[in-house]
Amino acid sequence: MSTNAKPLPADYLDYPLRRYGMDHERYDWSMLPDRKPVAWPSQARVALWVVPALEWFPLNMAGVPFKPPGAMQTAYPDLRHYTLRDYGNRVGIFRIMKALEKHGIRPTVAVNAAVAVRYPSLIKECTQRGWEIMANGLDMDHLHHGGLAVDDEKKLIDTTLDILRQASGQAVRGWLSPAKSESAATLDLLGAAGFDYVCDWVNDDMPYAMRTASGPIHAMPHPIDIDDHTILVQNHHTEDDFRDQLCDQFDLLYKESATAGGRIMAISLHPWVIGQPYRMRALEEALAHIMRHPGVWAATGSEILDAWKASQV
Amino acid sequence: MKRDPALYDYLPYNAQRPVIKWPNGARVAFWVAPNVEFYELNPPRNPARAPWARPAPDVLNYSYRDYGNRAGFWRMLEAMKRCNVRGSVSLNVAVCEHHPEVIKACADNGWEFYSHGTYNTRYLMGMSEAEERAVIQDSIDTIKKHTGQKLDGWLAPALTYTPNTMDLVAEMGLTYICDLFHDDQPGPVKVKQGRLTSVPYSLEMNDTIVYNVNLVQPRRYADILKRQFDRLYEEGEQSGTVMCIPLHPYLVGQPYRMAAFEEALSYIAGHDKVWLATGREIAQYFNEHYFDAFTAAAQPVGEAP
Repeated sequence: MSTNAKPLPADYLDYPLRRYGMDHERYDWSMLPDRKPVAWPSQARVALWVVPALEWFPLNMAGVPFKPPGAMQTAYPDLRHYTLRDYGNRVGIFRIMKALEKHGIRPTVAVNAAVAVRYPSLIKECTQRGWEIMANGLDMDHLHHGGLAVDDEKKLIDTTLDILRQASGQAVRGWLSPAKSESAATLDLLGAAGFDYVCDWVNDDMPYAMRTASGPIHAMPHPIDIDDHTILVQNHHTEDDFRDQLCDQFDLLYKESATAGGRIMAISLHPWVIGQPYRMRALEEALAHIMRHPGVWAATGSEILDAWKASQV
Repeated sequence: MKRDPALYDYLPYNAQRPVIKWPNGARVAFWVAPNVEFYELNPPRNPARAPWARPAPDVLNYSYRDYGNRAGFWRMLEAMKRCNVRGSVSLNVAVCEHHPEVIKACADNGWEFYSHGTYNTRYLMGMSEAEERAVIQDSIDTIKKHTGQKLDGWLAPALTYTPNTMDLVAEMGLTYICDLFHDDQPGPVKVKQGRLTSVPYSLEMNDTIVYNVNLVQPRRYADILKRQFDRLYEEGEQSGTVMCIPLHPYLVGQPYRMAAFEEALSYIAGHDKVWLATGREIAQYFNEHYFDAFTAAAQPVGEAP
């Protein structure tokens, strides 16, 4: 063992928050099996929530305070990764659109405000189909983090919201931070801006209330685990493996819903990943598996949250 | 530094995009791009990138690449001949001097040569405009001298660029590039002068990415190739698509990888509505028939805050 380690701070063995429940006040401790069973509309068992992300990775990314998944990698100009990401907004999303339309699924699309400015026709394609627009920050090089001044972060959120409201004509009730990165102030700022739900926390299968200085905001389940980027790019699993994992996720939630009340199956997608020709079949086969079950309610995030809230009363 | 390369406008892959009809009712324009490369043992150092992972001489990595020209290429060549697929050689042009036998074997089979720079260890980053012009002129002259072909295509060496690269290759008379990965159909590239087409190459189908980055098994590579082809063949019924398989003989030409690759190549080439083309042929056809319609249909890109 090293003998020249730096001395520890004097409070290193103090535990001021050692208590029942959480070590912060953002939300209450709550166990999934203890929850009141949720009733979805038309006695549905599983709410299917598909969430494609429309992202823009600038060519000159600074990567502060870290590089988000999908960032530029080589020396400037990294045309290779820039154009591979842009593929999603130009080609991949349209394959996803077809796959969802086949089953009448309306997703919530998480949009970088920069995409709405750069490709306004893409946002129209989404809103015309009744897709919900959710804010996904300004772009993939504007991360929310503790190093940002609160005023600057507020401006980032306000600018993003203004652009997306104007582009979509929707209220824009949901927020996903780029790379799910937050500062300690993000939730308070989102609450003040009027957002109803946030998708950054991956600690539950169901919505739950979080506290902000401006009243509650709800966390929506948006898992990082079963996500095309995680499974196909990061884990290098095969397309058939991705399909099987989506089907297994659904099968278990569907089974639980028989006794535990309504469940939510959320599928996070990146069109530059799943939208490649050789990968699309995996998503199509998984959707076909899910949609052939009775009692599947394909809905947007806002619809699911509203139904969840109604069943809590 | 720019936030956006500004090399193309927005043209979504939807029903409003002009429809491509390839010759003879083909659904997919299919091309194979073997990268015939020379990596130098002791190149001068580019400040932006080291040539080798290990200190010089990096015997392991140097010889791994050299295997491609000595052994892998010849195996790959025979498999492609058996499938009646011509190559469009992505050529480090110095191979013309180092290994003329390889060049002759390609030429004898009617393959196209396009430029992948001088050496794969001479990166474009940091070059002045004059230096970059000299590199492009070297490619034009060397390919003409050794093969008689006019240089039409460009894939930047080791995918390295300056902000001028596309403008310069277009101005100097090249007609297509393989450096953009934003689409499964060709598209116009915005350059100062000349008429430049982006022909879909692919990183997802590239044996380097597949074997060295994604670490897949040879049979899985074959499965990926077939899945890619099946989808592009299906979509090509509506509007012609492009599929490229970029190869590196030092990777695909390993004995244990060849059979799975040839099986996939044979599967693809065995379809009746496939145009077995070269990069130049695809670029030329697109340029003559669809370049202007694609340019007119594209939407300007807004300036993000």
